[in-house]
Amino acid sequence: MLDDEDTIIALATPAGVGAISVIRISGPSSISSVDSIFTGKKKLTDASSHSIHYGTIDDDEEIVDDVLVSVFRKPNSYTGENSVEISTHGSPLITQKIIELLIKIDGVRIAEPGEFTKRAFLNNRIDLSQAEAVLDIINARTDASLRGSRNQLDGLLSAKVNELRDILVSTSSFVELELDFAEEDIELIDNSELIKRIDKIVNEIDILLSTYSFGRVLRDGVNVTIVGQPNVGKSSLLNYILKESRAIVSEIPGTTRDIIREEITIDGILFRMYDTAGIRTSDDEIEKEGVIRSRNAVKNSDLILFMGDVNLLFPEDLFNELLGLNKPEHIIKVLNKIDLKKDIGTDADVLISAKTGEGINTLFESMKNRVFQNSDYSEQSAIVSNIRHYNCLKRAKESLMNAEKSAEEKMSGEFISVDLRTAENSLAEIIGVVTTDDILNNIFSKFCIGK
Amino acid sequence: MYDIIVIGGGHAGIEAASASARMGCLIALISMDKHALGRMSCNPAIGGTAKGHLVREIDALGGIMGKIADRTGIQFRMLNKSKGPAVWSPRCQSDRELYSEEAYKVVSSTKNLEFIEESAIELVAEDGKVKGIKTQSGRFIEGKTVILSAGTFLNALMHTGLRSTSGGRFGEKPSTGITESLEKLGFEKGRLKTGTPPRLAKNSIDWDVLEIQPGDENPQPFSYQTNISEFPYLPQLDCHITHTDPDVHKILEKGFNKSPMFTGLINGVGPRYCPSIEDKIVRFSEKKSHQLFLEPEGMDSDLIYLNGFSSSLPAEIQLEAMHKIKGLENVEMVRPGYAVEYDFFPPHQIDNTLETKLIQGLYFAGQVNGTSGYEEAAAQGLMAGINAALKVQGKKEFVLKRSEAYIGVLIDDLVTKSTEEPYRIFTSRAEHRLLLRQDNADRRLMSYSTELGLIDKNMYKEISIREGIITAGLDLCRNTKLHAKVVNEYLELSGSSTIESSETISKLCKRPETQLKDLLKLDGLDNNPNFNSLINNHNALRQVEIELKYEGYMKRQQEAVERLEKYEKLKIPLTLNYLTLKALSTEAKEKLDRVKPRSIGQASRISGVTPSDISILLVYLKK
Repeated sequence: MLDDEDTIIALATPAGVGAISVIRISGPSSISSVDSIFTGKKKLTDASSHSIHYGTIDDDEEIVDDVLVSVFRKPNSYTGENSVEISTHGSPLITQKIIELLIKIDGVRIAEPGEFTKRAFLNNRIDLSQAEAVLDIINARTDASLRGSRNQLDGLLSAKVNELRDILVSTSSFVELELDFAEEDIELIDNSELIKRIDKIVNEIDILLSTYSFGRVLRDGVNVTIVGQPNVGKSSLLNYILKESRAIVSEIPGTTRDIIREEITIDGILFRMYDTAGIRTSDDEIEKEGVIRSRNAVKNSDLILFMGDVNLLFPEDLFNELLGLNKPEHIIKVLNKIDLKKDIGTDADVLISAKTGEGINTLFESMKNRVFQNSDYSEQSAIVSNIRHYNCLKRAKESLMNAEKSAEEKMSGEFISVDLRTAENSLAEIIGVVTTDDILNNIFSKFCIGK
Repeated sequence: MYDIIVIGGGHAGIEAASASARMGCLIALISMDKHALGRMSCNPAIGGTAKGHLVREIDALGGIMGKIADRTGIQFRMLNKSKGPAVWSPRCQSDRELYSEEAYKVVSSTKNLEFIEESAIELVAEDGKVKGIKTQSGRFIEGKTVILSAGTFLNALMHTGLRSTSGGRFGEKPSTGITESLEKLGFEKGRLKTGTPPRLAKNSIDWDVLEIQPGDENPQPFSYQTNISEFPYLPQLDCHITHTDPDVHKILEKGFNKSPMFTGLINGVGPRYCPSIEDKIVRFSEKKSHQLFLEPEGMDSDLIYLNGFSSSLPAEIQLEAMHKIKGLENVEMVRPGYAVEYDFFPPHQIDNTLETKLIQGLYFAGQVNGTSGYEEAAAQGLMAGINAALKVQGKKEFVLKRSEAYIGVLIDDLVTKSTEEPYRIFTSRAEHRLLLRQDNADRRLMSYSTELGLIDKNMYKEISIREGIITAGLDLCRNTKLHAKVVNEYLELSGSSTIESSETISKLCKRPETQLKDLLKLDGLDNNPNFNSLINNHNALRQVEIELKYEGYMKRQQEAVERLEKYEKLKIPLTLNYLTLKALSTEAKEKLDRVKPRSIGQASRISGVTPSDISILLVYLKK
């Protein structure tokens, strides 16, 4: 299934801290979505094409940033669709925040690699010479998906959805059986049993849907800030992790990479790593600005790596500062430079050497565990982390509820089947198509058909 | 030179010949025996679930199957009557001999149609274009187009026990040479198997102990053109039901070591929905009893067809087992059951017009495409005939969409998915099941047959008038409200809950307990001139009622299908070389190259073609 009716979003400018950053949104609901978080002189939905608007992006009452918004109406935009560009101050945290606000809106999702270009091409907005490049990008994605369980999250979810699909297909078989094989002497499923089966699938889908808010954290990334006194090895840890991650864990490709400082995946979970300047108040004007930024970063982090080294350990006052900004369960105490000194009695959670790499895997393990510890889910549960999957499941559930209602009203099978089929199609959008052949195969394997 | 040569006079062949002749083409119908036209090789019945829909569609398109079935039916039943209208399916038992005679009458009275009683042995083509055929007597017959509808006759082998004889039907010769000449032209062939049960002597059956299955009290004809006042034409007969039991199964099992199926003598793939009795016992060993139907072969026939007992076990085993079945203790077997193996051409090699992709002007229809069933064959024959005629006349092709007809579903399934077992239509194969009803085949298709000249213009006029009544009727029912004091008595009587103030007729009609005709008797509506034409047109009234009652479901089905059919309109040229599209996955390349889909929609239905393959195709097509 192609989802070109979705609205897609990505950072358009290069990674890192610059003077400004530009976020690009394209698709049918791009203008109304941005409008819903934008406060300016006039509504963006009323704005004409190629107009620029000054205003603020708000998260509830709080102002995230003051921005310039450019509105492009189809077909006169880069992609040929309705599009919006938001120019923000150049901070990864601001752009990240705005993107997060927008993808919370139904129908808006992070763009796949090459997707803006693909849309531009399909809408005749760019010339032929770029076609091959687009293909290569799409191709890269195909290869990645062919490599299989690259992403453990998707693997678990599709296993679960497959299981639900199997129950659904066999339920459908019972309904179809009665319609296509009216003359056979086969035992048919009774109405209450049918309702029970549908109910079971609805319940399972409900459980999956409830994982979404946590799943989003996993998919959209866990923000990790590294904090510590100068020279405890924050940068060398970051460098080591990035070097290692390129070698041992796959890097998230494409656009998402652009919006943050650095990111790595550990067993399918995306971690966004922020290095910080100090967080103590200072009199130096320039330093002051840095301190404000750092404190903000710590506040918005899902995890904090509080770094000390074998000499400096973990200063009490700094720890207290952190506790004032974030929760204790989000803080991991990491003691560096154990290559210099072995026997140190501290309350560190993890001992590492950013120089030799000792203990880094334990650190990864502990970051991952901490993410799960702070949720109701184990590493083995199927978790919905993608808005598209979430919507598919939601639609499947609605259809199943309709089917259940029809069954309760004692409607004949072909009416119940309408919604069961739609539910199958919705699940198919996550894991692949269910064909009528699947249902017939199920019938032929389970029932003795044929006079 | 003929415009169209039709090879084979079965259900596909006669539809093809008849339709194309009526469209003004000169036709040669090649058949080994002109008295075998439209012969029912297996069970003496037409219709059934989804197949009945096909017959109604064939009839609406101007085909002949429905008319012949009406003339020769000895029991008519509407299946699934306890379900909603979309799955009602007409079925009839036919008089086997009369069916062939009637087919002969219809075909021989058709202008522009010549019989040639011969066997075709070679298909002649040059530079990718069909030229004609060669017959056994050495004759070359020249044709602009050729429709191959040879049924189960190509290199056919019949099996009973370990004995096999060549032939496509009891007492008839196989057709040889055609397969080989097509293989030489580059076609890929496959081998399928089907079977038929024993025929029994009527007077040797103990009828008194058997359960009776009667026909409908008010039988409905298949054809829109059959005059209901003369129908049914023939006296109506009953069918009977009996069952196997473990003792019967035990005897059959004794013959397994002489079964051509289990010993590997048969290589062809059989249909899973129509298994032999031995297959049922092996695959469903937990089932202690299987239902059997005793169907009359005709009004005056002494033969009984034992439906459900298809077998290729040795004849003596078949007989011994039957003697253990209730009512058949003393039965005489006139002819044992047998299996037939035959060549077919996997149907990804044809286009939705049924023309082969390899040779221009060559069409395949019926069992040569891997289908089973008279109705499936007739539907393809009709469409092949129409398309060959259009091609000869230089006109635009005629393809039915999946959303328009079961015929569209059938052909699209064949072309897109090919098939590895004999293909049968089912209602579950149609995404638009609620719309593709047997009661509205005329509404769906008669504008086409009128345009093609296959149906009387007056018929269509009648439909257009009815369409007007339906549209106006829907409007009236949606906008006319009935007051509580007018309608509550009726609602209470029919066991539905009463209303507070007032409600539109359309909303009231949605309740399962109400009937539109009863609602229109209330509040003096039956004297209201606006409602007159609706109330007096039974057929229109029924259509309005169905549309109102199931509106919500039909809408949801429509939406679901539209999501899937977004790419149906984006055509792919047949010349596209998938193997050179390096971005496609290897699997997609192979599958697409094999099927050569006509549209992106069709491509997306091919198993193994992923959404990203479709994206890539979209990009290439933009070039």
